[in-house]
Amino acid sequence: MEEVIRLENVKKYYEVRSGLLGSKILKALDGVTLSIRKRETVAVVGESGCGKSTLGRVSLRLLDVTAGKVVFKDQDISRMKEEELRAKGFRKKMQIIFQDPYSSLNPFMRIGDIVAEPLEIHGYRKEEIREAVYRALEDVKLVPPEEFVNRYPHELSGGQRQRVNIARALVLGPEYIVADEPVSMIDASSRAEILLLLKSIRDSREMGVLYITHDIATARYVSERIAVMYLGEIAETGLTASVLKTPIHPYTILLLNSVPEPDPANRRKKRPVIRGEPPSPLNPPSGCKFHTRCPVATERCRIEKPALIEYLPGHFVACHRALEIMSGAVSVT
Amino acid sequence: MNEALTVEGLKVYYRTEKGTVRAVDDVSFSLARGESLAVVGESGSGKSTLGLTLIRALPANASIVSGRVYINGEEILSLSLSDFRRRYSWRVISMVFQGAMNSLNPVLKVGDQIAEPLIYNGGASRGEAQRRAMDMIELVGLPREFYYRYPHELSGGMRQRIVIAMSLVMNPRILILDEPTSALDVTIQAQIINLVKDLIEKLSLSVMFITHDLALASDIADRIMVMYGGQIVELGSAERVLGEAPKHPYTEKLLASIPRLRGETIPEFIPGRPPDLASPPPGCRFHPRCPYVFDKCRSEEPPLFKVGEGHVARCWLHGE
Repeated sequence: MEEVIRLENVKKYYEVRSGLLGSKILKALDGVTLSIRKRETVAVVGESGCGKSTLGRVSLRLLDVTAGKVVFKDQDISRMKEEELRAKGFRKKMQIIFQDPYSSLNPFMRIGDIVAEPLEIHGYRKEEIREAVYRALEDVKLVPPEEFVNRYPHELSGGQRQRVNIARALVLGPEYIVADEPVSMIDASSRAEILLLLKSIRDSREMGVLYITHDIATARYVSERIAVMYLGEIAETGLTASVLKTPIHPYTILLLNSVPEPDPANRRKKRPVIRGEPPSPLNPPSGCKFHTRCPVATERCRIEKPALIEYLPGHFVACHRALEIMSGAVSVT
Repeated sequence: MNEALTVEGLKVYYRTEKGTVRAVDDVSFSLARGESLAVVGESGSGKSTLGLTLIRALPANASIVSGRVYINGEEILSLSLSDFRRRYSWRVISMVFQGAMNSLNPVLKVGDQIAEPLIYNGGASRGEAQRRAMDMIELVGLPREFYYRYPHELSGGMRQRIVIAMSLVMNPRILILDEPTSALDVTIQAQIINLVKDLIEKLSLSVMFITHDLALASDIADRIMVMYGGQIVELGSAERVLGEAPKHPYTEKLLASIPRLRGETIPEFIPGRPPDLASPPPGCRFHPRCPYVFDKCRSEEPPLFKVGEGHVARCWLHGE
């Protein structure tokens, strides 16, 4: 199927001042390769600071890349300037849905005007705008649209507001959408509704979606493929079903283990934990970046950085001990 | 006496531009000594207001319309605020506030922030207070030297540990935790939950754990109290509420909305939105969103029906 976006060995470095004259390099993304096809959702999961939001912004060219390539439908947009991105229509084709449905909508604007704004900026005609706004509101199930266009954000619930955000992202007819934690601030009882909605719109509008989340359980229901990130790198990636059923990287295994399920037996046992906290990306560990927290790290892991290798069909892992873990010779938990 | 805390007929209303918001509307329950009770609900269910009422920290526009709260046999809502603060705050009942880890004073050493109530409320000398604060820092799993750190030097998980140490420094018997892990990554959340479990056991605390997350509640709770629209809709042991089928449709649907890592179930959602507590719907407050709604639910408010041993549910499916 047709590829919408491709990242090739993308690096995003920041220079961070430290001390009076010195500066350090913060490697927010350190060589990430990823592609998303039409009608496909790729979930990027990881702890805060792993680089997943940076990845989303770099893929949209909201941030410049330090090295590597960002390719949108076979066109390299890595070094394009803002005017060129706009003039060639890339800005219309790529959109983002933000995490916070409360601060991302102007409280003084009506819903109809909020959703219409991107069209006005891009110089559409009145009739076109009305039609596109109504269609977008229908797509996100804010129906009938004529009832919602005149309302203000404060009249809506968190879930409804997030649907306005989605409608605003849809209105220009994008082919690629980044959804950055779209449900983490929404009440639990409405989350599934938003996620299922995103999935059905993705299919009907034939988009590719990058779903950024810290909640690996939601990734299971919306994504075909998943990438687990740690300190700016992909630790494991593959079909969502394969990664969740047969996790290989110790980080993925421990991350999955730390997700709670509602079970009254939980209170009689300790939650499995990953020891320590993610190290500072300003001073990342040598070798495999996870070795400082990994229960099965060896001397080699401290020295040599593991490559991302395909151990199962379409399932890649960056771990020196992957084969031993797969065979059961080594147990992570 | 076996109750650490008893709440009877509590009503707490807010005065707002939209009118009177009935945030907590006739809530009664008790917390046994050494028990952990999870108070589960979504935003606007009244769970945080309930916690703030129990430690007498309600905002100015809130008023306690009726109800009594007993701790050790004494009614605490009728005490003067200064009397309550002198005899109860921190030393009998204390609270880890939601978002407190981001509200530490940035220009004070965290140790001094832990020691503060010991000096100003406990009459301890500076040296004693410092030693005790260091003991607390150790108790929550950090090195004693962290006394001299500033908040910005600590990670979110470490700051949450500091906040827990603050809440325990006066050796309270009752601890209220309001969403203590909701801002933390799941890996750090697991560490904090394990710490809380240790502390409950080590210090024989009675705990009220306020959360929106049923899975998290099951980590801590002996009993689970589900709130919706300012009311208790279901209350029972964790085994009964989570283990067997939940007895209130809201609990059932909330449970079904949790995305699972294992098994085949697909998460559901509850259509609609929580009630506007300035003008709640007539009858059962959940009826506009309930899949089992029938006529009576639209007109008459259900009481809490007994549905099993120590298990109640506010639903007409269980009574006349």
